[in-house]
Amino acid sequence: MKPLLIIDQLRAGIEGREILKGISLTVNPGEVHAIMGPNGSGKSTLASVLSGRSEYEVISGSVTYNGEDLLEKAPEERAQAGVFQAFQYPVEIPGVSTANFVRTSLNAIRAARGEEPLDPSAFLMRMKERMALVELDPSFLQRSLNEGFSGGEKKRNEIFQMAMLEPTLAILDETDSGLDIDALRIVANGVNALRTPNNAMVVITHYQRLLNYIVPDVVHVLMDGQLVLSGNKDLALELEAKGYDWLRNDGVVA
Amino acid sequence: MSQELIDDVVGREYEYGFVSDIDQELIAKGLSPDVIHFISNKKEEPEWMLEWRLKAYEQWLRMKHPHWSNVHFPPVDFQEIIYWAAPKKKPTLNSLDEVDPELLNTFKKLGIPLDEQKQLAGVAVDAVLDSVSVKTTFQKALAEKGVIFSSMSDAIKNHPDLVRKYLGSVVPVTDNFYAALNSAVFSDGSFVYVPKGVRCPMELSTYFRINAKNTGQFERTLIIADEGSYVSYLEGCTAPQRDENQLHAAVVELVAHAHAEIKYSTVQNWFPGDKDGNGGVYNFVTKRGLCEGAKSKISWTQVETGSAITWKYPSVVLKGDESVGEFYSVAVTANYQQADTGTKMTHIGKNTRSRIVSKGISAGKSQNSYRGLVRFNSKADNSRNYSQCDSLLIGDQCGAHTFPYLETANPTCTVEHEATTSKIGEDILFYCNQRGLDTEKAVALIVNGYAKEVLNNLPMEFAVEAQKLLAISLEGSVG
Ligand SMILES: Nc1ncnc2c1ncn2[C@@H]1O[C@H](COP(=O)(O)OP(=O)(O)OP(=O)(O)O)[C@@H](O)[C@H]1O
Ligand SMILES: [Mg+2]
Repeated sequence: MKPLLIIDQLRAGIEGREILKGISLTVNPGEVHAIMGPNGSGKSTLASVLSGRSEYEVISGSVTYNGEDLLEKAPEERAQAGVFQAFQYPVEIPGVSTANFVRTSLNAIRAARGEEPLDPSAFLMRMKERMALVELDPSFLQRSLNEGFSGGEKKRNEIFQMAMLEPTLAILDETDSGLDIDALRIVANGVNALRTPNNAMVVITHYQRLLNYIVPDVVHVLMDGQLVLSGNKDLALELEAKGYDWLRNDGVVA
Repeated sequence: MSQELIDDVVGREYEYGFVSDIDQELIAKGLSPDVIHFISNKKEEPEWMLEWRLKAYEQWLRMKHPHWSNVHFPPVDFQEIIYWAAPKKKPTLNSLDEVDPELLNTFKKLGIPLDEQKQLAGVAVDAVLDSVSVKTTFQKALAEKGVIFSSMSDAIKNHPDLVRKYLGSVVPVTDNFYAALNSAVFSDGSFVYVPKGVRCPMELSTYFRINAKNTGQFERTLIIADEGSYVSYLEGCTAPQRDENQLHAAVVELVAHAHAEIKYSTVQNWFPGDKDGNGGVYNFVTKRGLCEGAKSKISWTQVETGSAITWKYPSVVLKGDESVGEFYSVAVTANYQQADTGTKMTHIGKNTRSRIVSKGISAGKSQNSYRGLVRFNSKADNSRNYSQCDSLLIGDQCGAHTFPYLETANPTCTVEHEATTSKIGEDILFYCNQRGLDTEKAVALIVNGYAKEVLNNLPMEFAVEAQKLLAISLEGSVG
């Protein structure tokens, strides 16, 4: 099987400061990878570099996605190629309804792939169905994107968009943070429903809890810009029990 | 006017540098009573019109150029302007290949049909497509209802009583410096009269006016809606308007009698100057509507994207009891453009209502100001105003300014004012990029969402074009 994503010795930073200090990671189709790690260790930075946020500069290393150089693509081209990021802090866009935003987004992605826009009734059907998946009331479709949404509603809206766009590689940055137990279950169910043998997910989280619902194939620990340890889902339980300090003291981090 | 005088003026042709060639006929630069005589004579105007112009000229001489708006430009030399240019024909081209590719590109983005593109760019159009027949059918439909829709010049000749009665009745000659100037030298414009109880069967736009010529830099428009009538008028078009005239000073007057309604929509897309702020039109307009009768209504909707400098305050005088005034505006400034626009709502009658929705969008190094005055006179019992002034900033080198003024002489009146400032920041753009939208699409989506409430007030077809126009005028302003 050809890997979907190969990150090789990636070093990146901002304003001359190195944040990611040599990251290597391979993700195969169908896999779910969890990334855990203390605050400020570089998890969101990794997500941003993968989705192409321009403030971050790549110092060295490479990222291959579907056999292509991901880093040379513009952010929208990455999205069109099937990369999706669920943001830790989703933005609000006043005046643009959720439905309009998602339709514009979906049609732009389809256009880039040479596909016709989805016809309105098929689109509406799909929206209602995927809204139900994350248990959001359809009335949210008419509201301005994320404007006045609660924290949990914003996160569910991210998963709703993911469900609409059906990405090949989804990077979920702390989608579980700030969710109550029910919302957590809802989001996790949504994510599980979207798992296929052809797509993959990178799930960034602080809580083992989420991984009870979304069972990962691999769990990685990111500390101070490096992946210091990888393991199966039990690693998350161990981290929950012991915290991160033992990894530092252990001398795993050179 | 005497032949002598004409000879006198024309006789000095050489001395004053009269230019006359096949396409156009120009008069010497500068303004004087002779020039006004010349204009009036050229237009074969009756004596009263000439006198009206001359009086305006005298008033203008005594007025000073206004200094209070938040725009900056070098002083205009009024003796450097040419005040009469016979209806200038655009150069006729043989095919679209001869048209400026940049212009064509914009047409394409606006989705203007090929035939119309040709017409706008001055390409000779097949006889079959000649719009005269369209216009004739259109005029026939209007005539059946008794609606008068003609050029101002024709109206002065054919409907002198109406023109004399209403011209200058809403915007007095002495209203302001540019109104006085316009009154003295106005070139042409539209005249509309809708008789009692008639609902004008279609949207009126200059496109459908027979003999719609290039109206020049001093346009004059007068619209009268008699009791219980309704009319919707469209000014301008979304296609870019290139013009050699740097100064444009139009006057528009609207009169709505009891129970009548006038809807006036504008899309202004004059040349804004280049990216470095060179050139561009100065657009100094006086627009005012009078809600003369009870329960009358006047609604201004404007989408302003062009001109280097815009200075414009479509206003409503709410004289009739229970009359309604509305102002919906989107003003876009990019590069080095400056816009100072807003409205004035003067409440005179009882239970009058006004609503102001202003959406400023600034990008580049531009400056965008909203200036609004709401005035309640002492007899305007229980009148109300609602104002909403929003500013959207793109980038961090532009400016948005709001100057809301309130004058109230009646304690029973109420105002509600809301204002917001938002910014299309990096994080919003990146979010959109991440969803597959390039930056230009993202800006278009956000801006159209922001301006929706105003665009929704435009007639359907216009609204779609205006949406595209907003996006185009902001192209290249981000990233
Ligand atoms: N735009 C930025 N400007 C300056 N510093 C930044 C920027 N983005 C990230 N950093 C710094 O890089 C480091 C890693 O930040 P990042 O957001 O990737 O951490 P994280 O692992 O996602 O943390 P958290 O668990 O708190 O979300 C932090 O020290 C942060 O301050
Ligand atoms: Mg983070």
